[in-house]
Amino acid sequence: MQKETITITVNGKQYERTVTPRRLLSDFLRHDLNLTGTHVGCEHGVCGMCTVLIDGQSARSCLNFAVMHDGASIETVESLGTPTNMHPLQEGFWSKHGLQCGFCTPAMLMVSKELTDSNPNPTRAEIKEAISANLCRCTGYQTILDSIEEGVRLANGEDAAIPAADRSPELAEQPEATT
Amino acid sequence: MSSKAKNEYRWIGKNMKRVEDPRLLTGRGKYIDDVHLPNMAEAAVLRSPYAHAKIISIDTSAAEQLPGVICVLTGKQAAEQTGPTACFANPPVTQYVIAVDRVRHVGEAVVAVVAEDRYIAEDAIDLIEVEYEPLPVVVDALEAINSTGDAVLHPERGDTNVAHERILDFGPVDEDFANADIIVQRNLYWPRSGGQPMETCGAVAEFDEGMGKFTVYSNGSMYNYVGWLCAMSLGVAATQLNIIPTIAGGSFGSKLFTHKVVTLTCTLARAAGCPVKYIEDRLDNTMSCDNHGSDRTYDAELAVMNDGTVKSIRYRCVDDYGAFLQFGVGHHGNAAAQVTGPYTINSVRMHLIAVFTNKGQQGAYRGFGSEVTNFVIERLMDAAADELGMDPLEIRRKNFIQPEQFPYKIPTGNVYDSGNYNAVLDEALSMIDYKGWREKQAAARKEGRYIGIGTITAQERSVFSSTEFWFWNHEPGFALTSSPESIGIKIDPTGKAFVTLHAPFWGNSPETMATQIVAEQLTIDPSDIIINYTDTDHGLNGTGPGGSRFTVMVAGAIGGATKELRIKMLRIAGHLLEVDVEDLELVDSKVQVKGAPEKSMSIADIAMQAHFFKLSLPDDVKSGLDATYVYDHPYTTMPNEDRTDLGVFYPIMGHMCHIPVVEVNIETGQIEFLDYVAVHDCGTMVNPMTLAGHVRGGTAQGIGTAMYEEFAYDENGQLMTASYADYLIPTVHEVPPNVRVGHVETPSPFTEFGIKGGGEGGRMGAPPAIAAAVEDALRPLGIKVDALPITANKLRKMIREAQAA
Repeated sequence: MQKETITITVNGKQYERTVTPRRLLSDFLRHDLNLTGTHVGCEHGVCGMCTVLIDGQSARSCLNFAVMHDGASIETVESLGTPTNMHPLQEGFWSKHGLQCGFCTPAMLMVSKELTDSNPNPTRAEIKEAISANLCRCTGYQTILDSIEEGVRLANGEDAAIPAADRSPELAEQPEATT
Repeated sequence: MSSKAKNEYRWIGKNMKRVEDPRLLTGRGKYIDDVHLPNMAEAAVLRSPYAHAKIISIDTSAAEQLPGVICVLTGKQAAEQTGPTACFANPPVTQYVIAVDRVRHVGEAVVAVVAEDRYIAEDAIDLIEVEYEPLPVVVDALEAINSTGDAVLHPERGDTNVAHERILDFGPVDEDFANADIIVQRNLYWPRSGGQPMETCGAVAEFDEGMGKFTVYSNGSMYNYVGWLCAMSLGVAATQLNIIPTIAGGSFGSKLFTHKVVTLTCTLARAAGCPVKYIEDRLDNTMSCDNHGSDRTYDAELAVMNDGTVKSIRYRCVDDYGAFLQFGVGHHGNAAAQVTGPYTINSVRMHLIAVFTNKGQQGAYRGFGSEVTNFVIERLMDAAADELGMDPLEIRRKNFIQPEQFPYKIPTGNVYDSGNYNAVLDEALSMIDYKGWREKQAAARKEGRYIGIGTITAQERSVFSSTEFWFWNHEPGFALTSSPESIGIKIDPTGKAFVTLHAPFWGNSPETMATQIVAEQLTIDPSDIIINYTDTDHGLNGTGPGGSRFTVMVAGAIGGATKELRIKMLRIAGHLLEVDVEDLELVDSKVQVKGAPEKSMSIADIAMQAHFFKLSLPDDVKSGLDATYVYDHPYTTMPNEDRTDLGVFYPIMGHMCHIPVVEVNIETGQIEFLDYVAVHDCGTMVNPMTLAGHVRGGTAQGIGTAMYEEFAYDENGQLMTASYADYLIPTVHEVPPNVRVGHVETPSPFTEFGIKGGGEGGRMGAPPAIAAAVEDALRPLGIKVDALPITANKLRKMIREAQAA
């Protein structure tokens, strides 16, 4: 199969690669660039696990070919924080138990990033809408909404992020059991 | 067992943030598809388009010639080296990783291809020609009972599709029914659904020809328990198969034992002569990963007295097991653990007819069969209340086992350890403002709005014991009685703890839980504790998560190991401080003299001595500071020979009360949640935050089961809902805005710290609660909810029929 050479910027780094035209963007990111934080759940565009930002807009990487995005700028979960220096949204998910198996989390973070990039103070209804095309099988979504709200709060400096040096798993706030 | 009061714990019972999270949040989780070996090829599988057919011929020549294809394997070729897959049924049901001669459901593997990458492997699949001769298709479980001839899936087990039939009687059922004032009867249907974690099953295998040994990465769970059975299938010794766990992107039971994917991938690696990755795509998973849940039709009856006392329950259940029977009818063993619910029901008759049909086979799904009997019992309790004109809360209270009656033996022989069912119900009623909602409901009805309140009080048995797998059998093939869990703890020379789990992460919080318990027991700071997982080469007995057992069992194992470590540390410190061991205590990461805390040694100092200064230790103390501990099920007894008593097998008994408030739109049939309260009693809580997470997540899955999800087959055995466009998993819009979780703690007398399991409860409570709420909302129309899922379409139809009547 004829291959094409493409140049794609992923997480601020430029990559030049030669790929077959049918190479899915999800496979390109995961297996050609070894950015395995983006996951694949159904490969038919429903579950949302593979969501990345293409030129700032969320998209299913399993429904896109890599060659479609020659010249584009793509953001994946690896563009956010690291385990010792997390992004406020990631801190929000950690504090509010926004994940269990963690498989849907990178995609949830990316749609949250897209939302908060354009709307730094979203309402709960807006957050709900933003994640509504992404499945999660573990949490029942409620703590994901809580987590994004918490991330927004942290991003807006309403609470100091946990110092990077302190990696001890701290006690989270009590969940609002009876609200 | 610890006798500390709850508030004396430093770490147990606290909402500790999960130690698993930083790597998962930053895309560094290392799931199965993130494993990459040098020179690795990828596999794809050609699957049967027929539900039931003979394979007449397979032509793979064009596929083999495609550039990039490494090998093509038919079922016959695979079976030359790899035997049937593991099966717990007796007699076993023969299943191969790739079908041999005959396919029995749509999606069954027919040919596997290994190629340089999956794209080429899938191209090759399109080049394979298979000739089939269709056989009669069996999709209706009730009709399957009467199948003969070509319609029989496994003729070697006899000319029938009945896989197993038996009646188990416990107590004076006939007498209790004869003496009943009323008999309440319902025909109930529980639909086929599945755990459907967002990550499918997969494996990466390599075969070292020099060593004759397989190494396989897997996202399955029970590998340290029954992984050796994969070696048996592969025709090698268990020492020649090392299974390395990866974390799993969810399971909910569906990855309990991913033996088929492991065995298939190993088979392909051996044939291909290079490492092979096989990751199911979603359709592979929905059609053929052996993970469908229960699919049952019940004719169920309750013997009730006029005052509401429930004397007996009896039922005939037809369970559609699909094409194979990997776990036997263990799901019905499970159900026998709590088939009388939280009630003092005197006798039980369970009549089971398990049938084969041309569908994907059942596996495990959150509840493992007991979620279905919860639905049956609670539907019958509501029906009894209706027929007696009794309040649904009152009939429950009337029949509750009382706190002073524990430990309580139910008719099947299982024992409930402890509970306080009125306390759970009271907490739930107070949280939901039950009286207030009843007033709102009455007001809404006057406006023509249909609000309903459903209340269920149900059991969540936890910590399974393996007898449940086989006691339904007249002659068990392998009557195992062990289901242990192990731990390894090593304190390094600087005083930090390495903790080794012998079963994997599959979406729960094992690292956080183990960290909290080790921190509690050894007074080591959580940041000084690291958790890892063994492979099978190094693993001790570990049954793994499932049946809400992991926290209880790991806590037990940690209790044993830390006791040994504590004794050793005290002996070393006593020796070096020249103090009697009796006068020492372990406090805040140091061993100190009681009453004179300034005289002490830190754990780090003791560890350094233990590792490197043998001549400073007491003569009979060996170097090092480590312990392993195998913890067996805390309370299991054998079933008796005639099965009139199944013994004790699931005694750690949790409880829950779910109260959803819904509004039904009678024009569209849509159900909206106005409120939802779930109060659970899981004994002593280790981490209320993660427990609440399980409750909410399980509730969301229960909502899926109750309202949306169904593996629906047409008359030709085609799975109509194989894709996520058709199999409807709840999104954020389908779940209640706020599932309010409450906790009551009735510690178990049989477990470390009094912990009970809590992994499955949400899904074991939500379906009957939602059914009750919908039925309550539509009471003016007289609609009964006897079958799930209650889709909007079905409900609208029922409403129309009721309005027309």
